[in-house]
Amino acid sequence: MSVIYVLLTISICVAIVFFIAFLLSVRAGQYDDAYTPSVRMLFEDEVTPQSSDEVAKSNPKI
Amino acid sequence: MENRVCYHCGDTCGKHSIYHDGKDFCCHGCKTVYSIFTENGLDQFYELEARAGSSPFENQEKYEFLDNQEIVSKLVSFNEDEIQVVELSIPTIHCSSCIWLLENLNRLHPSIINSQVDFPKKRIRVTYNLNDISLKTLVLLLGSIGYEPYISLEDYGKKAKTVDRSLLYRLGVAGFAFGNVMLLSFPEYFEVEEFWLDQYKVVFRWLMFAFSLPVVFYAAKDYYKSALSGLRSKILNIDVPIALGITILFLRSTIDIIGGWGSGFFDSLTGLVFFLLLGRFFQQKTYAFLSFERDYRSYFPIAVTRVSKEGVEENIPIHEINKGDQILIRSQEIIPVDGILQRGNAQIDYSFVTGESRPVAKTAGDILYAGGKQLTGILELAVLKPVSQSYLTQLWSNSVFDKDKSSAFQTLTDSIGKRFTIAVLTIATLATTFWLLYDASLALNVFTAVLIIACPCAIALAAPFTLGNALRIMGKQGFYLKDTKVIERLAKIDVAVFDKTGTLTTSDVGHIDYEGMELTSLEKDILKSTLRASNHPLSRSLYGLLQENDIVTLDEFHEKQGSGLESRYAERMLRVGSSSYVGTVSKDFQEDTAVYISTDEGVKGRFVLKNQYREGIAHLFSNLKKTMRLAVLSGDNAGEKETLKKMLPKGTELLFQRKPEEKLEDIKQFQENGKVLMVGDGLNDAGALAQSDVGIAVSDNINVFLPACDGIMEAAALPDLTWFIDLSKRSLGLIKACFALSLCYNIVGLYFAVTGQLQPVIAAILMPLSSISIVAFATLGTNYLARKSRRFKKLI
Repeated sequence: MSVIYVLLTISICVAIVFFIAFLLSVRAGQYDDAYTPSVRMLFEDEVTPQSSDEVAKSNPKI
Repeated sequence: MENRVCYHCGDTCGKHSIYHDGKDFCCHGCKTVYSIFTENGLDQFYELEARAGSSPFENQEKYEFLDNQEIVSKLVSFNEDEIQVVELSIPTIHCSSCIWLLENLNRLHPSIINSQVDFPKKRIRVTYNLNDISLKTLVLLLGSIGYEPYISLEDYGKKAKTVDRSLLYRLGVAGFAFGNVMLLSFPEYFEVEEFWLDQYKVVFRWLMFAFSLPVVFYAAKDYYKSALSGLRSKILNIDVPIALGITILFLRSTIDIIGGWGSGFFDSLTGLVFFLLLGRFFQQKTYAFLSFERDYRSYFPIAVTRVSKEGVEENIPIHEINKGDQILIRSQEIIPVDGILQRGNAQIDYSFVTGESRPVAKTAGDILYAGGKQLTGILELAVLKPVSQSYLTQLWSNSVFDKDKSSAFQTLTDSIGKRFTIAVLTIATLATTFWLLYDASLALNVFTAVLIIACPCAIALAAPFTLGNALRIMGKQGFYLKDTKVIERLAKIDVAVFDKTGTLTTSDVGHIDYEGMELTSLEKDILKSTLRASNHPLSRSLYGLLQENDIVTLDEFHEKQGSGLESRYAERMLRVGSSSYVGTVSKDFQEDTAVYISTDEGVKGRFVLKNQYREGIAHLFSNLKKTMRLAVLSGDNAGEKETLKKMLPKGTELLFQRKPEEKLEDIKQFQENGKVLMVGDGLNDAGALAQSDVGIAVSDNINVFLPACDGIMEAAALPDLTWFIDLSKRSLGLIKACFALSLCYNIVGLYFAVTGQLQPVIAAILMPLSSISIVAFATLGTNYLARKSRRFKKLI
C-alpha cells in the first residue's frame, strides 16, 4: 500500500500546477477584463478577399 | 415622407441628408468616417453591427495643448526609444464594432503598433511609434472617426493604477485548499476500521494541516484585521465571531491531530473561508465604466492657452495660471478659472454646473465663473483667481468631501452580529460550566465545539448575496450604485430632496408660450427667416417651433452680439431679442427666459420658454409623499414656483436661489430630522450629494460628467425611484429571513455541540449545507421580490 505515497504526491503536484497556472493568469491581468476577450475572439475569423482567393487556389476542384 | 436613417450612426437624416455611395448619411462628418473606413478596408465595421458609428467631433483646436511635451509626458504611461504607450478613456465605445475598429487602428495609421480596448472600462491602450505620429495626431485621428477621447485634469500626472487583485488570489488559495482538504478527509468521514486507513491517516491529517496553513494565515487575514479594528473602536462587528471561529477551528484541529484524537475540522475551516470570500467577491460588483468619485478635476481641461504681454500664445497646464494672466477660451472649451471677459462674444453653457442647458450671454467686462463651456467663438479673459480658489472649485475645500459616509454607518449584519456574538459567548460559557461540573474531560471539547458551530458563516453570507443581487437588478433597470451599503442606507431614508433644473426638468427646452399681439403670417415668415441666420441657441429653439412657415430672402440682416437680431423685408422691420434691445421694459425679467419681438408698429409680444418637467415626476412625488418628507432645492429664481406648487403634493418644501454651499447647509438641516436622500445632477449639487446620506446623480447620458455620488441613475429610471427604495426595504427584510433560517441551522448544530457529540462529519455536512441553502435562498428571493413588485407596480 505504500503506493499511496506516490499517488498522493502525484495528485498534489498536479493540483499545485493548476494552482500556479491560476495565480499566473491572475497576475497577467486575465481577470481584469472578463468581457472584451470574449468579443475579440470572434473577430479572428475575418475573411478578407485575398484569403478567399487563396482558398480557391488551393482547392481547384471546388 | 420616408424616414431615412444614417448608414453610419443610425440617426434620422432629416431634410439635409447626404447621399453617397448608395447610402444615406445624416451629416458630412458621418460620410467622411464612412469614406475613411472603406478606403482602409475597414468596411467590416458595418457588418458586425449595423449603424454602429458615432459622429465625429468638429473642434480640433481644443487639442493644441498636446503640442506641449511636458503635458504629453504626464499623460503617457510609457515613453522610451520613440515608443509611447497611452491609455485614453473613450466614452463613445458601446458595441462590438467599436472594439473591432479600435483594435484595427494600425490600418488607419501604420505607426500605431498596437491598440487594445477594455470594454467594461471604456478605455483604450495604444502603443505607437513616435517617428510619424504624436499623441496629438492620434487623438485627432480618434476624433475624426467618432471616438473622441476624454482627457481631463484627472488624467494629468496620474500614476499607473495598481489593480487590486488580492481578493482573487485569496479566493484561489481558499478554493484550492478547500478542494484538496475535502478529498483528503473523505476516507475518515466513514470511520471504517480498515487496516490501511489506520496506518496512513497520520499522513492524510498532516497534509490537511499543511493545506489549511495558507488559508488561515493568508486568505482569512482580512477578517482578523476587521475584527481587531472593530474591537479597538469597541464595536462587535460580524467579523469578531468569524475570526474567533476560524482561530478556534484551527487550534482545536491542530491539537486533535497532534494528540491523535481525531481528524480535526480542516474541511469545515477551509470551506468556511472559501464561502465567505465568495460572498465578498459577489458583493464586489462594480460598474467599471462609471466613476463615483469624480470632482471638478475630471471635468476641467488640462491646459489653457495663455497670451503673454507680447502677444505670444502658449499652452500651459492650468495649475500655472496666475491672477492677472490673459487666457484664450476657444469654442467648446471649458472655462477653468474665474475671470473678467475682455474680448469676444460669450455664450456660456453652465449645464455641467447648474443643470440648466440654456446658455447665458455675457459681454465684455462681465465676470465669467469657472465651469461654464463657451459655445462659439474665441474669448479672451483676464484671470481673477487661480483654479483652486475659483467660486465653484472652492466648494471642494469643504471637509465634507474628505468624509467617508459608509464608515459611520452600522450595517444590518453588524448590528445583528453584535447580539449574535454576545449570545454565542454566553452559550459557550454556560455549556462549559455545566460540563466542568458534570464531566470535566469534555468541557474544553464542548467550549470549542460551540464556537465552531456557531461561526456565523450563513449570517455573513446572507447580506452579500442578497444585496449583491439587488445591486445587479437595480443596475439592469438603470440605477447604478457604488456599493451594497448604499442599498441599506436607501432603505432608511426619511427625507427626499431634489434639485430642480436638470433633475426634475429635462435638458431640452420644453414648450414655448407666446404672449402678446397675434403675429401675422408674413411676420412669422420674416421671423423664421431672421432666426434662420442666427446661431444663438434660443433662436434655434424658436426656429424649430415655426416649422410651418416659409423662408423668404431678407433684404437686410444685422446681428448685434449678445442682444438680438434685426431684419428688413418688403419695407418691414423686425427685431428679435432681449427686452432692452427691442425697446421695452421687462416686467418680470428675473423670472423667465423670454425673447421679445418688435416691428415698425412697436413691441408685439414675447416668447416665453418654460422648463419641461420629466414624465412621471408628479406621480413619483405623490408616491414618495406617503412615506417621507419632500423638498426641492433650486439654484434658480422662483419663476417656476407656481408650476411646482400645482404639480407637486402639498407640504413639499420649495427653496429657491440656493448657492452650492447653501444646498450643503440645507441638507445638514434636514439631517437633524432623519436620513436624507439627495437627488441632483450638476456640479453645484456636489456638496449636497456628499453631505446627504444617499446622494444620487441623475443624467440622460450616464457616460458624461457627473459629480461624486453614491449612485448614478439614468433619467428614464427616475419615476421608478419609489420602486428602488421599496426593493431595498424588501431586500433588508429578506436578509432578516435569511438570519432566521441560519439560526435554525445553528440551533441544530448547537445541540450537537452542547451535548459534546460534534463529529467532524456533522460539521462537514452542516456547514456547506447551511451556506449553500442561504446563498440560494438569498439569490432566488431577491429575484422573486424584484419580479413580484415589478408586476405590482405596473398594475398601479
